Amino acid sequence: MLSPGAPPTLAVEDLRTHFFTRAGVVKAVDGVSFAVGPGKVLGLVGESGSGKSVTGFSILGLVDPPGRIVSGRILLHGEDLRRLDARGWRAVRGNRVAMVFQDPMMTLNPVLRVETQMVEAIRAHRDVSRAAARDEARAALATVGIPSPDERLRAYPHQLSGGMRQRVAIAIALLNQPALIVADEPTTALDVTIQAQILAEVQRLCRERRMALVWITHDLAVVAGLADDVCVMYAGRIVEQGAVDAVLDAPLHPYTAGLLDSVPSRHARGELLRQIPGTTPSLLDLPPGCAFRGRCERATEACRVTPDPTVVEGRAVRCFHPLQPATADRRA
Amino acid sequence: MTQLPQVRASDATAAVDRPLLDLRGVSKRFVKRLDLAARVVRAAGAAVREEVVHAVDDVDLAVGHGEVVGLVGESGCGKSTLGRIAAGLLAPSAGERAWKGRATSAMDRGEQRATQLAVQMIFQDPYASLNPRMRVEDIVGEAPVVHGLVTRAGQRDYVAALLGRVGLDASLMRRFPHQFSGGQRARIGIARALAVKPELLVCDEAVAALDVSIQAQVLNLFARLREELGLTYLFISHDLGVVRHLSDRVVIMYLGRVVESGPTGSLFDAPNHPYTQALLAEIPRLDARKRSFVAIRGEIPSPLAPPPGCHFHPRCPHAMARCREARPPLREIAPGRLSACFRNDGR
Repeated sequence: MLSPGAPPTLAVEDLRTHFFTRAGVVKAVDGVSFAVGPGKVLGLVGESGSGKSVTGFSILGLVDPPGRIVSGRILLHGEDLRRLDARGWRAVRGNRVAMVFQDPMMTLNPVLRVETQMVEAIRAHRDVSRAAARDEARAALATVGIPSPDERLRAYPHQLSGGMRQRVAIAIALLNQPALIVADEPTTALDVTIQAQILAEVQRLCRERRMALVWITHDLAVVAGLADDVCVMYAGRIVEQGAVDAVLDAPLHPYTAGLLDSVPSRHARGELLRQIPGTTPSLLDLPPGCAFRGRCERATEACRVTPDPTVVEGRAVRCFHPLQPATADRRA
Repeated sequence: MTQLPQVRASDATAAVDRPLLDLRGVSKRFVKRLDLAARVVRAAGAAVREEVVHAVDDVDLAVGHGEVVGLVGESGCGKSTLGRIAAGLLAPSAGERAWKGRATSAMDRGEQRATQLAVQMIFQDPYASLNPRMRVEDIVGEAPVVHGLVTRAGQRDYVAALLGRVGLDASLMRRFPHQFSGGQRARIGIARALAVKPELLVCDEAVAALDVSIQAQVLNLFARLREELGLTYLFISHDLGVVRHLSDRVVIMYLGRVVESGPTGSLFDAPNHPYTQALLAEIPRLDARKRSFVAIRGEIPSPLAPPPGCHFHPRCPHAMARCREARPPLREIAPGRLSACFRNDGR
């Protein structure tokens, strides 16, 4: 997945984040491992409840009780972020690692001008004058394609459109030249033309600044256009990971194949869509073994045991009965 | 693979000649009335004006019998307002709504009620459109009992049959909406619409809130119901992939106006209006890997102050002086294809 020799910017190893609720333990993230290198984009794909967002929150240490990271390592340039105390986290967040949320109003304070928020984010981490910080803020707004940045600096978030707010949120994430950005469904709420604008900016920034990007989404088509590698999550585990071309063209896991088949544009018009039967199981009472087995046409007795990831040609798949590349070709 | 019956081109044209639902020159203006303070200030001579949004601006829309018409546009383009006018939930500020050739304004009350039942709406948010304090049995069964389609005694069997039709277990009918998943709630919404035996379903972003795998199930359900019940759909969505898959004909809206319409195949193969072209170029696609996104500049202008002339001209790469002054009319550019762009003049 990574070119050999290049040290990953972020390496997540066997991450487990569980929520200890009154109804029982919810294993939202259960043994997730992946790595992203500088200038690379990793797409983290899954449906609601697959644990993709909790994985993102875990990387930034943003999991609140009753949730807790119970085991695993989150290595940023080789340093385990889980060992940080509150002060250490404050030095990392917004500085070396930044996050972009689905709803930009989660990032923006509604009662402060954009300028105040951006200057604050810079001066929290670096000892620069207010005027210098303001210049940097203006430059950052221009970078993400905001017209007349001086005017926007004086605006309050409610005076901006949704697409504009999301750009401001991305500009804030960029302020301190982070090595890694975690973006959680940042374009899901936006219109197609605005989404395309933001994807274009993000793509350019990633390339120019050698940033690593974890892009969390439910939209396979966005991942296809943006990412280098992809991890497909189901019920808290990564069921398949590998290079985007390999995974999307010849999926090995039946869930990945089913997900791809559910996308309308892959079918002739009017044809019935191939659908995955049933619904995602509740994380509260997951069946033992492979969580997908209740919906899988290839499931056998063997699937009552949780499959370990097997690595085939640089790709990993958690399945006892993976699709053969031949059958995968037929679907492509 | 099951091929669903497609409306043949000749049928489609015939259907448009005598449409099931016909909206002619429909407009909808929303006016924010001045409050007392603003009226006082205005009386004192200040330049305070009522704010008017032209949500829908002189739109013609015909839906033929058995047809699936996709209505596409980005947020704020007026597609939901047009859908509500089509469903009879909103009265247009100007223009006429006709059902099977009869203007609804000229109908007597009985006819109006029958028309109202014949057009049903399915909403985007299955969480918000189901009463949380009613059991599914009543959510689905209330309307047919009120309208005399079934007796109170027959309600339970009727609801059970409907739930079966949309793929839900009839034993769940005593449950409340919160006890269902998102996909199941979408099915309840569909069952409720079907309960009064409609001929036309107006689906407003009906699958937008669903996960991909659940969305596929619901789209298949729509296709199956069309076949079984001979339903006609007005399918409103911002998702071009979904619309392309389901529709016979597509109508594209931008800032309250229709900019292009035509049969799905030819419109997607050769979009004519610059906005349609941009929209189609920018949908992320599974087969487009590591592509460079080239975005059209700018954002959708506020519907409170739309630009003069062609609404799209500030973002259009082909804009001419004329586009800033006059509104391009929606003209036929090929059989069944309409587009509102001055570039088609003189072709």
